[in-house]
Amino acid sequence: MTTTQRIPPGAEPAAVPAALDREVARGEGGRTMPPPSAARRRASRRNTLAALGFISPWLIGFAIFTAWPIGYSLYLSFTDYDGISPAQLTGFENYERLVDDPRVGQSLLNTLIYTALYVPSHIGVALVLAMLLQRAGRSAGFFRTLFFLPKMTPAVAVGVLFLLLFNGQDGLINEALGSIGIQGPYWTTDPAWVKPGLVLMSLWSIGSAVIILLAALQNVPRELTESATIDGANLWQQTTRITLPMISPALFFLAVVNTIAGFQTFTEAYTAFFGAGGDSFQSDAALFYVIYLFRQAFEFFNMGYASALAWVLFLVIMVVTAIQFVVSKRLVYYEGGQK
Amino acid sequence: MTARRLLPMTALAAATALTLGACANGGAQNGPGDGQAWYGGESNLTGELEIVGFGLGDEIAEVRHERALEALGPEVDVTLVEGGLDIQQFLSAVAAGDAPDLIYASRAQIGSLAARGAIVPLTDCVDGESVDTEQYREEALAQVTFDDEIYGIPEFNQVQLTMANSELLDAAGVSIDDVNGSDPEAMSAAAEALVQRSGDDLQVIGVDSKLPEFFPLWAKARGVDLLSEDGRTANLDDPAAVEALEWAVGIYESQGGFSAVKAFRDSADFFGEGNQFAAGELGAMPMEQWYLNVLNDVSPDAPLAFDAVRTPEGEPIAFAGGQAWAVPAGTDNGTAACRYATTMTQVDTWVEAAEARKEARESEGGVFTGVLTGNTRADEEIRGLLSDADEPWQAGIDAMYEANEAAVSMPANPADAEFTRIWTDAINGVLAGDAEPADALATAQEEAQAALDEAWAEADAE
Repeated sequence: MTTTQRIPPGAEPAAVPAALDREVARGEGGRTMPPPSAARRRASRRNTLAALGFISPWLIGFAIFTAWPIGYSLYLSFTDYDGISPAQLTGFENYERLVDDPRVGQSLLNTLIYTALYVPSHIGVALVLAMLLQRAGRSAGFFRTLFFLPKMTPAVAVGVLFLLLFNGQDGLINEALGSIGIQGPYWTTDPAWVKPGLVLMSLWSIGSAVIILLAALQNVPRELTESATIDGANLWQQTTRITLPMISPALFFLAVVNTIAGFQTFTEAYTAFFGAGGDSFQSDAALFYVIYLFRQAFEFFNMGYASALAWVLFLVIMVVTAIQFVVSKRLVYYEGGQK
Repeated sequence: MTARRLLPMTALAAATALTLGACANGGAQNGPGDGQAWYGGESNLTGELEIVGFGLGDEIAEVRHERALEALGPEVDVTLVEGGLDIQQFLSAVAAGDAPDLIYASRAQIGSLAARGAIVPLTDCVDGESVDTEQYREEALAQVTFDDEIYGIPEFNQVQLTMANSELLDAAGVSIDDVNGSDPEAMSAAAEALVQRSGDDLQVIGVDSKLPEFFPLWAKARGVDLLSEDGRTANLDDPAAVEALEWAVGIYESQGGFSAVKAFRDSADFFGEGNQFAAGELGAMPMEQWYLNVLNDVSPDAPLAFDAVRTPEGEPIAFAGGQAWAVPAGTDNGTAACRYATTMTQVDTWVEAAEARKEARESEGGVFTGVLTGNTRADEEIRGLLSDADEPWQAGIDAMYEANEAAVSMPANPADAEFTRIWTDAINGVLAGDAEPADALATAQEEAQAALDEAWAEADAE
């Protein structure tokens, strides 16, 4: 039996104790009660306002620096705008031009190839390093820091480093390959090797993926692998049947964020191949979509067209991410038995 | 606060802001904010002057900057934002009405900036400051003149020379005349004679034809202007231009391909004493004249030979480049900007700076190789300051002045960035082996003409 107190007629709602209010809301016999009292609504509104007040700096920043530019770029994508003169509405002209522009197809293809190389290599190497770290014992902390440190290197510096390390004549990579009798390619100038070179260079900053996967690996219940060992499962079987399914949410997360990062790749390639600008040599093999977008916006001042390019990229990423989520339903295991 | 109270307070705040804004505008004594500044030698200069894109890296810059400050007088507060001009940042500032008062830009960018209204005509400026535009180099003036108005004050001039390692030339049995472009077949043969390899690695680059950047030079040597004099018609697919490209690309192919040469070039210590000429790793290449100073400074004993770049008829030729001063739209102090720019480029200022450079070089035991400006009278006077130098430097100086007298340029146009990008992309495709020269230039011709037509249509409509 529920003990209840009656609210005296005419009592001020604000004076009603919160505990009493909760009891009233629960009602006699656990029945659902009518709408909450005015006091509760006020308290709730106050709480909401307080919460909004606390997060208002972020909300204001988001509105000014993210939401407004996103919305404005959608408007600009339907205009002819050079950054100075007033924007002139041109309907779907920018999107029609985009279809006919061969450089859009070329840069999109470059980006797709890069992403297709980047995502599996990034996750694969990170997984191997994370598994090694898990077995590193006391020195794991040291190596974890060591792997993460390159992540702190500015992307522009990585771009310059790429040119030095991967120089086809006397770069460190080819020197190393040469020491074991392999003639390294011209990574920075041969179109066939530019993208693989950039992908290899991107492994420089793999630290955060290693940390994420290490955390996931450490959450795999040890009793599962111990049971499997007792049952005679070898390391490969344990890895493929237990470890990978158990860390599949982390792998899926990395697949999604790295795919988006792959589509948006810019700084390293721009620094390495397009930073000199003007009439210097620029490898078409490194002309990624966002670099082409940047060129249209800030070299040619075609801000309207660049905005249309940005929105198409957004849609492409949306579609690819949606496909990944659909596929993940069959491949990703979440604790609680859902697959 | 209720809406009833909020409204009048907002109106009051707006009125106050408008009033203060009007006061601020009324207080500006050095030209209105719409870019229509007034000029004149008698103007009493005050206010602030923000200069972007110029650096005080050497005595040439420092001496001229000091003279310009003196010309402005003590009432002008000058802020110099050193470093290269960031076009993105600059255009954003113009769009936001917060542009600097003076910029130091590449002359190749002046046409695009003028067509977009980002900079203002300086015709009144040069008239007001009594500047005789006849003193400017014709090719430099062409680069800063758009729609019959001067939009920039020419600064330094850059031209190309042929530079070579004389010991490598002698060892291969060729001479500077074989690598200066005057005999294209001889230059191709010299590249093969000079190149040295060890396995697949290059040990010596025979001849670097410096593609893609010097393609306009090789095309012009065969009589082709990639862009017509009025800046409206592309000539990228001219048969002579195709021939020039095939020849220049062929020079790389005979040395193992562009990738090999570029990788070796990139690995060099370009500005140090181990540069490729000093290290005996480069036979010959065309290069801008400023590299003469670098070589004299860091490797004065290197075995070098110099000449102008020459046409098949043996005539010197060069493609002029360089910088210019320009005044952004919306400047608050156009008068001071004009005074600063014209003082920096006056004959006396250039000569004083050159004297300081000469003194500095001689005190270091180096050779003063001269300074090329966009001002013919300044060039003449500075050349008069030169002493006879030992070889090979005297040959380099002579070649530099010979090239300067023969220099040509591309005219200002509203699509200069796109035009350059299109022909550069075409050549990059050829160098990467993705296209044949004729096909690449034919495609580039279509794209370039479309870009020019569109840009000119917009410029003409305004």
